Amino acid sequence: MGKSYNTIAFDSAKCDGCGDCMTACATTKTGTDDKTRSRIQIVGSEADGFELALCRQCGDPKCVTVCPAGALTKNFDSGVIDWSDTKCVDCLLCTVGCAYAGIALDAGTGHVAKCDTCEGAPACVPACPHDALTYITTSRIYNEVGDWEDLFAPGLAGCQGCNTELLMRHTLRRVGPETVLATPPGCVPGMGSVGFNGTTGTKIPVFHPLLTNTAAMLAGVKRQYKRVGRDVTALAIAGDGGASDVGFQSLSGAAERNEQILFMVVDNEGYMNTGMQRSSCTPYGAWTSTTPIGQGTGGMPSQGKTQDAKNLPLIMVNHRCEYVATASTAYMEDLYDKLDKAIAASKRGFAYLHVYSPCTTGWRFPTDQNMEVARKAVETNFVMLWEYNPTDGLHFTHSADEPLPVTEYLKAMGRFRHLSPDQISHIQGKVVENLAFVKQMAHREN
Amino acid sequence: MEQTKYLVVGSSHAALEAVTAIRMHDTEGSLTLLTRDTHLPYSPTVLPYVVSGRSPADSIFLRDEEFFEANRVAYKRGSALKALHAERNTAELADGSEIAYEKILLATGAAPAIPPIPGLDQVTYHVLRTLDDATKLNAAIKQSKHAVVLGAGLVGMHAAENLVKAGASVTIVEMAKQLTDGYFDATAAQMIEKAFTDNGATILTGSRVVKLAPSAIGALLTLENGTTLEADLLLVATGVKPNMDYLEGQGEGVEHERGILVSDTMQTNVANVWAAGDCAQAKGFYTEDKVMNAILPDATEQGRIAGMAMAGDPGVKAYPGGVPLNTYHFFGRHAISVGSSRVPEGGEVVTRFDEVSGRYLKAIFKDDRLLGIYGVNEFFDGGVMCQLILRRVDLSAVKERFLADPLTVGRELMSRIWR
Repeated sequence: MGKSYNTIAFDSAKCDGCGDCMTACATTKTGTDDKTRSRIQIVGSEADGFELALCRQCGDPKCVTVCPAGALTKNFDSGVIDWSDTKCVDCLLCTVGCAYAGIALDAGTGHVAKCDTCEGAPACVPACPHDALTYITTSRIYNEVGDWEDLFAPGLAGCQGCNTELLMRHTLRRVGPETVLATPPGCVPGMGSVGFNGTTGTKIPVFHPLLTNTAAMLAGVKRQYKRVGRDVTALAIAGDGGASDVGFQSLSGAAERNEQILFMVVDNEGYMNTGMQRSSCTPYGAWTSTTPIGQGTGGMPSQGKTQDAKNLPLIMVNHRCEYVATASTAYMEDLYDKLDKAIAASKRGFAYLHVYSPCTTGWRFPTDQNMEVARKAVETNFVMLWEYNPTDGLHFTHSADEPLPVTEYLKAMGRFRHLSPDQISHIQGKVVENLAFVKQMAHREN
Repeated sequence: MEQTKYLVVGSSHAALEAVTAIRMHDTEGSLTLLTRDTHLPYSPTVLPYVVSGRSPADSIFLRDEEFFEANRVAYKRGSALKALHAERNTAELADGSEIAYEKILLATGAAPAIPPIPGLDQVTYHVLRTLDDATKLNAAIKQSKHAVVLGAGLVGMHAAENLVKAGASVTIVEMAKQLTDGYFDATAAQMIEKAFTDNGATILTGSRVVKLAPSAIGALLTLENGTTLEADLLLVATGVKPNMDYLEGQGEGVEHERGILVSDTMQTNVANVWAAGDCAQAKGFYTEDKVMNAILPDATEQGRIAGMAMAGDPGVKAYPGGVPLNTYHFFGRHAISVGSSRVPEGGEVVTRFDEVSGRYLKAIFKDDRLLGIYGVNEFFDGGVMCQLILRRVDLSAVKERFLADPLTVGRELMSRIWR
């Protein structure tokens, strides 16, 4: 597997051109506040928007190939293109080679200068007051996880662009081979985890309980393993329908008994596997095959789901489980952090992980947009990322301050296309209300 | 007979890029790199810095033996190509042995062009193209009191500056009316000339050596106007000519004029033979005529294209044509030239010169598209400028701002057009 690297990401929509990043860079690298000497350069204007000139640490870097002195090298450990002051002859050919203005003359020294990511702690990133710059460190996960065994079959029958497959492969890699998996009816077995033609789709024991008894069956399996003295992780990967509707009684019971299992809910906000019916986790206003758009009956036009979604993870907090958290595949580091804590908690008692999982087919958005939709859900506070344990209470793991308007999320997919202004303001109101509620809870728990 | 799928001849930028490109697409095919040089790969461009002592001769190498081993390249140094037998797909080496290839890349570079001056063969002189030349010149500079440099191209000027700094009295003799002809215009050349004369060098432009003879300290030079100069160190830097003598006597073989003629994918007229770098004559960006564009960035570009084409990489893109790109450092100042210096009919030239700061900028446009841009002490991103030229970006809306601040406006355009 190829190596992945950390990188500085820039969101031009958030940049107001204040130049604090340039000041921070110049201060760190030159000891002056001369922005022209900064290695990160913000260009553009209020009217045209701001953009970035910064070394991209290219994988196949032109600056390196045109250097006559061997002074530039791609460092395959850090991903950074290193510059050697002893080998450089100040010929400036690298500045002619780079089409992105990533390496330029520093008039203060007479040498070229380029971003070296401050050895993994770039000074520009924390200096940005608007979070337009972020240092993406997810690469460490991919480098580490890439070496672990993928415990799912190579070919799974998921829809194109499916988020759940990504989640399943990551989760099982992390949980490892000493695991027993329960997958009740839904997309997870539907795409093949329980197998075809007498073989399983996983390389670990997997079973297919009923929608109603997943947590109960898994709790029994775990107890039997304990009885015979084997330490296994008892893992359920269930859909929101299976967990929040008909399966809720067994889930609630297992949580109340503090069974030592890890229950992961893949929340795609409906029964997507069976034809996109609504569940109690489907949000207000959303189209599903059972909450259609049309003329309706009795003079009442049908405009999607008319009830608000159940907040299952908050309900689980009220079981005082060992661990409860919400997560999103758009925030992989956060997800892995929570997965680690959930695995550890499941050795002591009930751990619950609720992952918001956009569905390309049921939500109606292009198959390459899954991460974008998942990210927008968090950025608009449509969903919130937090975690809970009985000792520390509930706290946010991703800032819920300064959210984007919820329309940024709604317009990213087809299931909300029909919404009236009234419906949109209802949803925006619910977002505000939910935030206030979780904040209150975070405050109370702390 | 030894056999190889890919035979790359040469070991500098074009050859090394071709090796990388081949290995990106074909990780297994046998690959042999042949070079007459006995050292590890290095760039001719770094040699002036070896002469000055700034770059130690053992720290300039672009690759090491481990690189070739890791990429499964049979690396044969000290083996010159003597003759190409393209009709039977074999290369004959200097020691008489032959290698059979499926595909060959000629990236044999260039050698100093020695002018036909009577008596030159009677005196000792230096040239600067190989590492051994540089090491010799580095030693000689320390002893020299009266040095003469023939040719005011970038190689000659670099060496002359080193001689000046080492304390020699230096005379530069150049046939053309100005220094660095073909790289920089008259105004820039004036600035360069002034920097040299301020530091004690003598510049004789529009001047020609007609006779040479041995003298007590070294060589006696007679100029066209009758004056004589005596030199204890003579450097001949009057240009380069491609290395392609291995093509001689092959009858109807690989077509060559000033260099080896190649297509837009660096292929010659003969099957299985490619050429790239300083020995190749390829399409120019400004003219369909095939030109010599013996500069480092073009060598890497051509080498990359040739390697991709040889390996059958479907990602290969046609060569856009050579754009001149040069950078030059002199006495703490820098000059950058990107693109054509020729002003076409209907073209527009804009210059700006600030006497106090010594900043000079010249830009050439046609139909509001940039053709060339030159700066002395005026830094701009050469790579960005080159893209503006290659993409023929319409600059009519930003021209004034662009001329006032090519650095910032270039970056703005970059971030909007191709970031």
